[in-house]
Amino acid sequence: MATAEIPYQETVPLHHPKTWIGKYVFSQDHKVIAVQYGITAIAVGLVALFLSDLMRIQIAYPGFMEWFVEDYYYQAITMHGMIMVIYLLTAFLLGAFGNFTVPLMCGARDMVFPFVNMLSYWVYLISVIILLLGYIPGLGGPTGAGWTLYPPQTITEGTPGADWGIMTMLASLAVFIVAFTMGGLNYITTILQARTRGMSLMRLPLTVWGIFVATFLGLLAFPALFVSAIMMILDLRIGTSFFMPAIVSLGQTLAHDGGQPLLFQHLFWFFGHPEVYIVALPAFGVVSDLISVHARKNIFGYRLMVWALVFIGILSFIVWAHHMFVAGMHPYFGFFFATTTLIIAVPTAIKVYNWILTLWKANIKLTVPMLYALSFVLTFIMGGITGLFLGNVIIDIPLSDTYFVVAHFHMVMGVSPILAIFGGIYHWYPKLTGRMLNDTVGKWHFWITFLGTYIIYFPMHYLGFIGVPRRYYENFDSSFYPASAQTLNEIITWTALVVGVAQLLYIGNLVHSYFYGKPAGDNPWGANSLEWCTPDTPPSHGNWGDKLPTVHRWAYDYSVPGSDKDFIPQTVPQGQSS
Amino acid sequence: MRKILDHHVAILLGIVVVGSVIFNVWSPWQFTEIASNWEFIDFTVKVTWWICGVAFVLLGLFMAWAIWRYKYHESGESHYEPEHPVLESWLTIITSIGVVIMLAPGLIVWDDYVQVPPDAMEVEVLGEQWTWKFRFPGEDGIFGTTSVKKNVERGPDGTTFEPNITSLNPFGMRDGDPHGEDDILIASNVLHVPLDRNIKVVMRSKDVLHDFWVPEIRAKMDMVPGMITYFWFRPTRTGEFEILCAELCGRSHHNMRGTMYIDTQEDFEAWLDSQVTWAEMKAGQVPEEPIVAKGRQVADQNGCFACHSLDGTSVVGPTWQGLWGREVVLDDGSTVIADEAYIVESIVEPNVKLVEGFGSVMTPYAFEDDEMEALLRFLQETAK
Repeated sequence: MATAEIPYQETVPLHHPKTWIGKYVFSQDHKVIAVQYGITAIAVGLVALFLSDLMRIQIAYPGFMEWFVEDYYYQAITMHGMIMVIYLLTAFLLGAFGNFTVPLMCGARDMVFPFVNMLSYWVYLISVIILLLGYIPGLGGPTGAGWTLYPPQTITEGTPGADWGIMTMLASLAVFIVAFTMGGLNYITTILQARTRGMSLMRLPLTVWGIFVATFLGLLAFPALFVSAIMMILDLRIGTSFFMPAIVSLGQTLAHDGGQPLLFQHLFWFFGHPEVYIVALPAFGVVSDLISVHARKNIFGYRLMVWALVFIGILSFIVWAHHMFVAGMHPYFGFFFATTTLIIAVPTAIKVYNWILTLWKANIKLTVPMLYALSFVLTFIMGGITGLFLGNVIIDIPLSDTYFVVAHFHMVMGVSPILAIFGGIYHWYPKLTGRMLNDTVGKWHFWITFLGTYIIYFPMHYLGFIGVPRRYYENFDSSFYPASAQTLNEIITWTALVVGVAQLLYIGNLVHSYFYGKPAGDNPWGANSLEWCTPDTPPSHGNWGDKLPTVHRWAYDYSVPGSDKDFIPQTVPQGQSS
Repeated sequence: MRKILDHHVAILLGIVVVGSVIFNVWSPWQFTEIASNWEFIDFTVKVTWWICGVAFVLLGLFMAWAIWRYKYHESGESHYEPEHPVLESWLTIITSIGVVIMLAPGLIVWDDYVQVPPDAMEVEVLGEQWTWKFRFPGEDGIFGTTSVKKNVERGPDGTTFEPNITSLNPFGMRDGDPHGEDDILIASNVLHVPLDRNIKVVMRSKDVLHDFWVPEIRAKMDMVPGMITYFWFRPTRTGEFEILCAELCGRSHHNMRGTMYIDTQEDFEAWLDSQVTWAEMKAGQVPEEPIVAKGRQVADQNGCFACHSLDGTSVVGPTWQGLWGREVVLDDGSTVIADEAYIVESIVEPNVKLVEGFGSVMTPYAFEDDEMEALLRFLQETAK
């Protein structure tokens, strides 16, 4: 886009809402939609957090909660997993961060299709409601098939919720994908079409790059989940046999014949592996920006960081079957998918190196968002290297379906992105509300959450080594591992309970600071990217007043030699320093 | 002290890194003692462990050091250097070398894992919710064919079929296949295998995904209905080992256990000789009274045997062996005689009077009068 060209959004009028409902409920303002996405995702995430604590109590003290029977446990693992991956992480990173940052960081007034953007949120809310309908009494409860929903057990009688619970799950997923598609098309179109004067693609902050690539992955991957959800509904309700071979379910020979359970697994993981990066790439982007801003130093190797994001995105579509090394697919697939999986470690490692090299010779402000970003890096390294174990096909054989896997994926795509989310909220809250969060509460929450999750998940890898299988309602006394494993389980459970309760600190901080927080000013962190250059804080509808900003430089001019301040915003012309 | 407080973030991150290393050295939780030929898997894990461990420690400590060394000062200024192509290239090359060192042995072992030695003996594992069964091919060395259904015909109203897997033919052996007659069928969850023999485990499932796993053997593979999957191993020490199901298979997944004994060749042969062949199993069937046979069929078709055993073992629900007329203890501590009235109530409203130690997981069943009568007769016979 040439600098002289008039940006698209200066050529179309912006309609301001006239009513309270238009402003705050059925709002088309990307910032309000971001908050709506965020609050809904956190609310449903708390349900999943509560379920995880119930599971932990059951694992450490089987029999303590007598009412918590097998069905409840398997329903809890399923709902916990699906809520966390889809309805919290995906919805928050793209729905909340995507909506808030994309127009502001690109220098746009709003998303390109504000009405579709509004619909995206409301359809997402409907999908959450449908999901929770599974818990309505009398329907048999939600599905307990595990979040991977592998047939045939998903729709046979030996699994809780095989009748209506699975229907609510599949319907909810299909509706969620509709919502995601409406949001995703907006992010991509806005990033490609609505950048302001001078904002070339290679001047975009890495947050936007992360969201951009992740949205592409989502738009290409979610359809695979969509069709598998529809096919499974047909198998269940119409009696087709896409995924159902001839089987004898609890003594009943079923009419199904000729279907292939592995077909579902391929479709599921064709979505499911890119999904990992749909969650990880926005987190990568956010953390890159947080580290650079708070270390007062340019992000190291910006261009390589961008290409690493793109390369990871492309590779993420040819690694999916590493989730299926023990699934019974043709063994020669193992060679291919192990190789592609370990190749993806290279661009991922480059990102880690560049985060750490950004710290080298920097001037590091240990603000609370910076703490979250740093802990993200350490947690992600741990989660990443354990991925090298599981990606190497032969090592996956003894470790798959054990607690090693549980520890690995919680580190890499549970705790890491959540830490990035905490850091991102802390970083952008002053722009969103005009007030600062409370640092004392923030630090307490940070240390409890970071150290707590590390104490939960690092030792859990070792439970996998000794062979404790995952997804077991209770373990009884197995002969092959020492009794001390149960002691470790108890420690993990107590830590999980503390970490669970500590999340109230963060939520309390968000609520309290909204009313009583210190006023933030326009740019409390001294950051360069465009969202800190708005004429008002919080930004008004349309973000920029009459005229869109003009961009003259990249977003990472921190501590440029010869300038009087340690940051130069993107709107400052070349040759000037403030 | 002040310095420690100033640098507490760097120090705590350093402690996390060093603490992880100490935990690893001190941890009593390592791989179980191996009982098969797959030591090379453990070796590959060690190689990966070292490379990843060194990378983790270097990166973590570098980070902690940088946070200490470059902590913010009002007068401080960071070094402005957007890129360093030489450094970035070197890091890429070193990482790639590390990846190759980890991947190469992994793929070599995988090649071994998927190619079964030609002299391997075969054993079949059959999975069903929530127990194991086993089959040996017998003297001819060839497994008889099996099927889930028989007599598939297309009628005017679509496909019709008759079940082939029943309580009288639990393995689904196909009629008229001569290879099946000498197959040795083990309808319990106890398996014996011989020491130092290459063993090919072929697997099928009656219902949903399962996964046959003995942690000390290292190997595992999913069992997929409609497919036959396999892996192979060679036992290297005798002993008793626990069999686990490693793929979520429904509400009693965690109950799907079994035992595998690794025996000397003589012990194994003695055990195998005492098992019955399919021909013997068929011949030994005592004809039942029609009403008892009907009761068995009702129980079979309604899936009762998935949770209630006939041999005294507790699965998900109480065993039916010796149930009729016995005194049972309920979960509120009271006792009741398992007479006809109690048993009918437990079928129609199963969660009203729960036997001590069992959860409220059974769904209520409604039967036609003749079915209920047959079922009760069968239960009565079973108790004898």
